[in-house]
Amino acid sequence: MSMTAAHQITAGFMPLFDSAVLVVAGEMGFAAREGIELKLHRETSWANIRDRIAIGHFDVAHMLGPMPLACSLGLTPLASETIVPFSLGLGGNCVTVSNAVWEGMAAHGAAPDLEPARAGTALGVFIRERAAAGREPLRFAVVHPHSGHNYELRYWLAACGIDPDRDIEIVIVPPPFMADALSAGRIDGYCVGEPWNSAAAAAGTGRIVTVKALLWRNSPEKVIGVRRSWAEENPEALAALLRALHHSARWCQDPANRGALAALMARPAFLGQPEAIQMPVLTGRLLLGGGAERSVEDFFLPFDKAANFPWKSHALWFYTQMVRWGQLAHTPQNLAIARDCYRPDLYRSALKPLGVALPGANAKVEGALKVATPVGSAGASLVLGPDGFFDGEIFDPDRIDAYIAGQKRA
Amino acid sequence: MSAGSLTILVIDENRIRASIIEAGLRDAGHIHVTVVHDVAGIARRITEIEPDVIVIDLQNPNRDMLENMFQLSRAVKRPIAMFVDRSDQASIEAAVDAGVSAYVVDGLKKERIKPILDMAISRFNAFSRMARELEEARSELENRKVIDRAKGILMKSRGLSEEAAYALLRKTAMNQNRKIAEIAQSLVTAAGLLGPLEGE
Repeated sequence: MSMTAAHQITAGFMPLFDSAVLVVAGEMGFAAREGIELKLHRETSWANIRDRIAIGHFDVAHMLGPMPLACSLGLTPLASETIVPFSLGLGGNCVTVSNAVWEGMAAHGAAPDLEPARAGTALGVFIRERAAAGREPLRFAVVHPHSGHNYELRYWLAACGIDPDRDIEIVIVPPPFMADALSAGRIDGYCVGEPWNSAAAAAGTGRIVTVKALLWRNSPEKVIGVRRSWAEENPEALAALLRALHHSARWCQDPANRGALAALMARPAFLGQPEAIQMPVLTGRLLLGGGAERSVEDFFLPFDKAANFPWKSHALWFYTQMVRWGQLAHTPQNLAIARDCYRPDLYRSALKPLGVALPGANAKVEGALKVATPVGSAGASLVLGPDGFFDGEIFDPDRIDAYIAGQKRA
Repeated sequence: MSAGSLTILVIDENRIRASIIEAGLRDAGHIHVTVVHDVAGIARRITEIEPDVIVIDLQNPNRDMLENMFQLSRAVKRPIAMFVDRSDQASIEAAVDAGVSAYVVDGLKKERIKPILDMAISRFNAFSRMARELEEARSELENRKVIDRAKGILMKSRGLSEEAAYALLRKTAMNQNRKIAEIAQSLVTAAGLLGPLEGE
């Protein structure tokens, strides 16, 4: 293949289910069909992915949505200009707590229904009760400070009256270690992507209490991060890769391929976890622990609802959360860097030859769609939303100052 | 100021490699060296040790946790940043290639850190080389064993001397442009499949 492939592309990924679109592009022939020899490298930390993108070991990588922003804004030890021409999906995360915390929440009105406001309110009462008794604050884990997980966990807690910095402690734990850390009592809860929530629920050591898709429906998660210099020097390779990823994402979304996809991701080279544990993320039917089961609409979307479009409003929402939690100062320069990081123009120009439906705008008002809404260019159908935040807030990317000013810590 | 006045923490899950690094640091005159294999409770250890330099193996999956801890600086009195001299791209690449990196407290001069990172890079590379050589030695031993078994089969089934059996293996390997060990393995596998016939 290397003799005939027009483009060689080296990609890094972390062992998480939402690397699927990238993995499938390489393993199921979508990359080869676009003349790409795609070399996939599994990594052990996001820091390694960041370093190896920065020094040129990787051309592109599976990244946390806010990570390219953090790299471009110089928030990371080894910064590099990283852009986002493609999103790897919407949703897919859950919040899981220990059995002891679940009992405390249930005693204050939580039910196994994943309802964010109800669960958060119960957690808040439990946390204040513990504080009054002089007990240690609960410790929650996320995968990275610049992650959707960190921001959505904080958003949920703050909206439910819990100060994520004062009332609890937030630490960083690598995804594959989450369930173990929970069962060993080193942490009391976590927010992570699948399959690491279902793994704890299946083991009987944790309870899934809410999910990303209910906190903010159709919200951004992982992306393809690309070193800007590589993208500028290799526009044809990048466009070919985006087309391959588009076909791969469509394949991943197709219910007929669920079994094959679960089997592929279960392989030791990718997740190395049983196939059965991969199914909840694909079907949205979650086993919450303790025998409870719940179906979540749009739990994880690798393709539908314009899931691959790199909305500037997604990048800008991440930016507002960086500001909210003290990671970054809100300045015109920083805002400009954040605005330029996600590149719908590259997505659009790469996919134009395919004649598929493309959003006409680069940004949208997040949380405004109450029902699924057809949009897009003539002849091709594209449906967006619903995309509500659980607390009914709306993020208008044209009114960033007001949004930032209105954000409370708790 | 002598080299020995820096306090250095080495975080490496591989005990052998960690002790090689430690020895290298001591050879270079650093006496305040602590080695940690397990990151459990690392925040407290860092508070106790107050390292100037932290050397870490890049395969450690807890790197994101450690970086976050350094940035929050709750566990440490002085901020710690990754050793990055932006003018020295070659040094960064060499470190990532070798699989090691260093974090340093704010304000330490590059001249004091670079020898430590360079030493860690060369020792990491030496360790990888050693591990590779060990693997080669192991497969060499396996090869020798399978060649001995193949010779035994030929000596028994065709009544050859040991030298003649080896010569036959070598000639076959040369004719087929393959390694002797591969020919020997094929023969051993075939003999295993045909095993019951041997007894007839």
